[in-house]
Amino acid sequence: MADTALSVPRRSPLAGAADRLAAVTRTSGGTVRLAELPFLAQVNLRLDAKGAAADAVGLALGLSLPLEPNTVVRAGELTVLWLGPDEWLVVGPPDTQRDVEHRIRAAAGDEHIAVTDVSAQRTTLLVSGARAPELLAHGCPLDLHPRAFGPGRCAQTTLARAQVVLVARDEPGAGFWVLVRSSFAGYLTDWLLDAAAEYVQES
Amino acid sequence: MLLIPCPWCGPRDEAEFHYGGQAHVAYPETPADLTDEEWARYLFFRDNPKGPFAERWNHGAGCRRWFNAVRDTATNEILGVYRAGEERPTVSGRGAVADSTELSQPSPAAPVLPAAADQPGQSPSARSTSTLQPGPAFSARPAFEDEALSGPTGVQGAEPPGNGVEGAAPLEDGTGRGGGGEETHPFRHPTHGRIHRDTPLTFTFDGTEYQGYKGDTLASALLANGIIQTGTSIKLGRPRGIFTAGVEEPNAVIQIEAPFPEPMLPATTIELYDGLVATSLPGQGRLATEPDPARYDAVHAHCDLLVVGAGPAGLAAAATAARTGARVILADDRPELGGTLLDTAQLLDWVAELKEELSTAPDIRILTRTTVFGHYDDNHLLAVERRTNHLGAAAPTHVSRERVWRIRARRVVLATGAHERSLAFADNDRPGVMLAASARAYVNRHGVLPGRRAVVFTTNDSAYAAALDLAAAGVKVEAIVDTRPSEPDEWASRAREAGIEVLPGHAVVGTEGTPRLTAVAVAPYGETTNRLRQFTADLLLVSGGWNPVAHLFSQAGGKLRYDDNLGSFAPDTCRQLVEVAGSANGEFNLAGALLQGAAAGARAIEAGGYIAETPSLPEVTSEPHTPAMHVFDVPGAADAPRFVDLQRDVTVADLTRATAAGLNSVEHTKRYTTAGTANDQGKTSGILASGVVAELLGVDVSALGTTTFRPPYTPVSFAALAGRDRGALHDPIRTTALHDWHVMQGALFENVGQWKRPWYYPQDGEDMETAVLRECAAARESVAFMDGSTLGKIDVQGPDAPVFLDRLYTNMMGNLKVGMIRYGVMCRPDGMVFDDGTAIRLAPDRYLVTTTTGNAAAVLDWMEEWHQTEWPELRVHCASVTEQWATVALVGPRSREVLGSLAPQLAVGNDDFPFMAWRDTTVAGIEARVCRISFSGELAYEINVSPWEALALWEALYEAGAPFGITPYGTETMHVLRAEKGYPIIGQDTDGTVTPQDLGMSWAVSKKKPDFIGKRSYARADAVRPDRKHLVGLLPEDPAAFLPEGTQLIADSVLPAPPVPMLGHVTSSYRSAALGRTFALALIKGGRDRIGERLYAPVGDRLIPVTVASPVLYDPEGARRDG
Repeated sequence: MADTALSVPRRSPLAGAADRLAAVTRTSGGTVRLAELPFLAQVNLRLDAKGAAADAVGLALGLSLPLEPNTVVRAGELTVLWLGPDEWLVVGPPDTQRDVEHRIRAAAGDEHIAVTDVSAQRTTLLVSGARAPELLAHGCPLDLHPRAFGPGRCAQTTLARAQVVLVARDEPGAGFWVLVRSSFAGYLTDWLLDAAAEYVQES
Repeated sequence: MLLIPCPWCGPRDEAEFHYGGQAHVAYPETPADLTDEEWARYLFFRDNPKGPFAERWNHGAGCRRWFNAVRDTATNEILGVYRAGEERPTVSGRGAVADSTELSQPSPAAPVLPAAADQPGQSPSARSTSTLQPGPAFSARPAFEDEALSGPTGVQGAEPPGNGVEGAAPLEDGTGRGGGGEETHPFRHPTHGRIHRDTPLTFTFDGTEYQGYKGDTLASALLANGIIQTGTSIKLGRPRGIFTAGVEEPNAVIQIEAPFPEPMLPATTIELYDGLVATSLPGQGRLATEPDPARYDAVHAHCDLLVVGAGPAGLAAAATAARTGARVILADDRPELGGTLLDTAQLLDWVAELKEELSTAPDIRILTRTTVFGHYDDNHLLAVERRTNHLGAAAPTHVSRERVWRIRARRVVLATGAHERSLAFADNDRPGVMLAASARAYVNRHGVLPGRRAVVFTTNDSAYAAALDLAAAGVKVEAIVDTRPSEPDEWASRAREAGIEVLPGHAVVGTEGTPRLTAVAVAPYGETTNRLRQFTADLLLVSGGWNPVAHLFSQAGGKLRYDDNLGSFAPDTCRQLVEVAGSANGEFNLAGALLQGAAAGARAIEAGGYIAETPSLPEVTSEPHTPAMHVFDVPGAADAPRFVDLQRDVTVADLTRATAAGLNSVEHTKRYTTAGTANDQGKTSGILASGVVAELLGVDVSALGTTTFRPPYTPVSFAALAGRDRGALHDPIRTTALHDWHVMQGALFENVGQWKRPWYYPQDGEDMETAVLRECAAARESVAFMDGSTLGKIDVQGPDAPVFLDRLYTNMMGNLKVGMIRYGVMCRPDGMVFDDGTAIRLAPDRYLVTTTTGNAAAVLDWMEEWHQTEWPELRVHCASVTEQWATVALVGPRSREVLGSLAPQLAVGNDDFPFMAWRDTTVAGIEARVCRISFSGELAYEINVSPWEALALWEALYEAGAPFGITPYGTETMHVLRAEKGYPIIGQDTDGTVTPQDLGMSWAVSKKKPDFIGKRSYARADAVRPDRKHLVGLLPEDPAAFLPEGTQLIADSVLPAPPVPMLGHVTSSYRSAALGRTFALALIKGGRDRIGERLYAPVGDRLIPVTVASPVLYDPEGARRDG
């Protein structure tokens, strides 16, 4: 796999928008920072939270799967998002999806689980800067106030007219991950750039 | 927008959910045992109760779980939610779910039972109606301290009228027009008002240039220049003038011409800016013919308390919340805080101090220039903020001009004030007739005298205060004409001290002047001709009483009650967490309004778990009060119209005709006369119309009620409502990883759902027909390729995956071998085709299922619905992987050679890699899953790779195929190729009334499986009747004749008289390169029995003869499939 990955040029869904995203970070004086985090490993995990596989998989990933709805658990380079009572998304650095999938399957043994590589299903936008919550409030109906959506929270919801997974990053003020279906990424980027126009500072 | 509490995620906007119909309708255990009638009952019959109803919901945009909710179908309240599979809890009436069944608990931050978590709001008045004070509105001029008659004492520093008040010197110059004041603003008071005299502004009205000041409205600036007429009425063309000083304005509705054309804006609410160009209107305006270049947007906001209105009650409510930690939004439609205190020039120091305090409090957001226009379910309120309108051409282009705020508030305090109402007296529409409190507002807010010489006509105390302020500012107030038989002692004596004659028991019976008022005729109340007195006047101030602004309260579901003190309707109770304070609640005493606001704010804050501040409220003396008289229609000269609705030109005579025609409710008279339907929505006329109709019907107005209040409270532009959702952002555009390549190659695109799919790739000026024939020929004769990435893909895993798919598909999937692929059809329980696609068996416990492009989400939802709600015992999970894979269809007799050249490890021979098999390999060095599937009848492959590498694959195929003239093709060619083979497109050749058998696909319907979704319906009488419509081919006898899709088909060569018996219609129609002619697919009654028959297709005025044929027109033997 490593061989082919090196020999074939990869192109992320927002490769063509990198310049425009960086321009917003610049023109807003950093109050809005936008960037794609391409190629993150994303593995969808389904299992019975009360079954034996839950503990075994958690052990293999070095964490406890989050059981409280709409929360995340982080351990090392992995972040695990609660997506449903028997569904999680494991996010890791690029090119680790096979390793993650293998560790999960090995840990679960004969228990019924479902593991699906969805790394290319969504791409990840980093939205940070002091105005990030305000920017997202242009299109997200959730309350993103730190009291309601602080570090450790995640949510599947809508941003503008796209479904997204929002993750509040670890540090207060460190902004959000916005995971969006790759086919909607271009639309959402155009929308974010339009919404960010207001934060452009006079040079 | 309802909040629906997901049992897992807590309360979310209803837009995140979709409805699943009645809950607890279980799929019958053995459908085969049911009679047709029993099966039909399961399929088609559902309860439809009024009241609590258990229904299924899916949190589609969230955790995708199905759950059940008990909803009151009459109020839309969600009374409780519980997880799928749990029993319905017993619900005893509104808001209470008995705890006999334990309800699932959502996350701690999310109450499951919104209605039970907190008692529905009740307006204070409902708790203690005795606190209601009938009273004078916004009285400004208290008695001398030692003369205060009643009520709380403690007068603070108010000055007596006409006694050294600033600017008291009369401005009158004897002409009634111009003169005095300032050179360019003849009607401007030298010191009064909150205008910025250091910032003069130039504007143009009806072609004439005028000066005004920052702080003016267009109306106040016009009045300062002596202009009161602002247009003519819509039906009668009568001159009309500025009537109010606010949003309730019926007359002064004008057209802005520059900087950008906007029609029908009340001059009373337009902040003056430099370069404003406006024109008067004859009752209606003109829309701009060019696109609006300004930006508009929307923002979501959340708060513990929303206070609507920053007058005395609203400010007091907000003051209790400052620095408590609670998140508060204070919204007001004016540019500055203060509300009516600005109009009456009271407590302005307190307002300024409070503004300073609130604007520095960290959790308080002050929204000025913001009209809260809609109050929806679960305290969801919409407001529009006018952010840059007041800057005119200087508005920055990167900031939205208007913004819609979507506010979700735990509690709401409505301090929306009151509107003064008019009286229906003879010729009450001349320019110069103005509501009394509005004239007072012009004096105090803008330093403008709306006239020189005034008569006041009132039924209540409030106009006395207005008269005193005007007199103090220099207006000659000739008389106060009061319908009440005995005068209000204290107010009358204050008036007389100011030199104003008081005429109790009198009424205005007529006016004169064209266009502007010059004289007012007064007579004892009830008389119309006897004992007339004539006053010279250019201003007639009217007060017929006050109506609480109950619009938002009413929209929120609040009930109104008739308040006999007001002679109007005031808020009573509401099921939402909302309180009403101040004059909006019928409390017209200033001290009372402040206390009411503070108490409502404190209750809201404390309900949120915060400790309310005790605000420092100013001490206010209570004003004397004499009960108002309830008057609506005032007798006058017989031939003079008495207007009720000025903007719609509706008179008492019109309402009389309506009641005479038998219309006996205000909802009916409204529709008959149009009273209240103009863009002011009857703010000054609604209760007046109710009162007049009540008198005509001989009933009390309390029995008649009001017409319904609906959002928006004031007109909101479509541009603001559209916000960012216009142009390219109107709807999401979904693109594949290859989209940029298609664009570069000049592809035209077809919308399929939200996807942009290449439609065809015209070369060198080709038209569509030529391009598609060329692309088709390449696929049939050599090799062509297409981006098929938009196909839906679902990964199905688990030991019960085979059972699961066997239940969902009409054909067998459980016996599919690993490494192989099968086409499958999915139907609804009624047996009608819902979707089709393929299933690839990846492992004994794993399949990859494909769906049509447009149905991907619906199929995944369908699978989840059945799994979660009917078959939770199945060990299987589904995950969407649509974008995880990019798919390229490589089609044509040379496709094997192209693939073989790029996939050296793949044995591409027919024996090694047969039809409907798949292989994992590498293609052009890229990991790929190659499927031998054909949607064209040709030898074909679908190559699936990571979308990150799709462009590399595509370009490699383009290069490797070049020797064979590889041709990219789009959806149109795909449609032609499949239609030549008779493959239906679900949604084009089907419409939800078509069974697999109708499509000629009985082969795809299992006879062996005991049950699957749809099976029982195939035994229904309706499914086996011989005249069902079948999918067939059609060949026009003229091979060049083209049948438009949708064309009907008839049996006769002569069009019979209507009703024409229709046999069916064309569903797909193309020109075929391979057949060298046109052809079509059609759904025809008993079509398979008509093959070979001639039918006729009416196209335009011709009947085109066609021959019914098998739907498979090309390569019926299937010889080309293997190359």
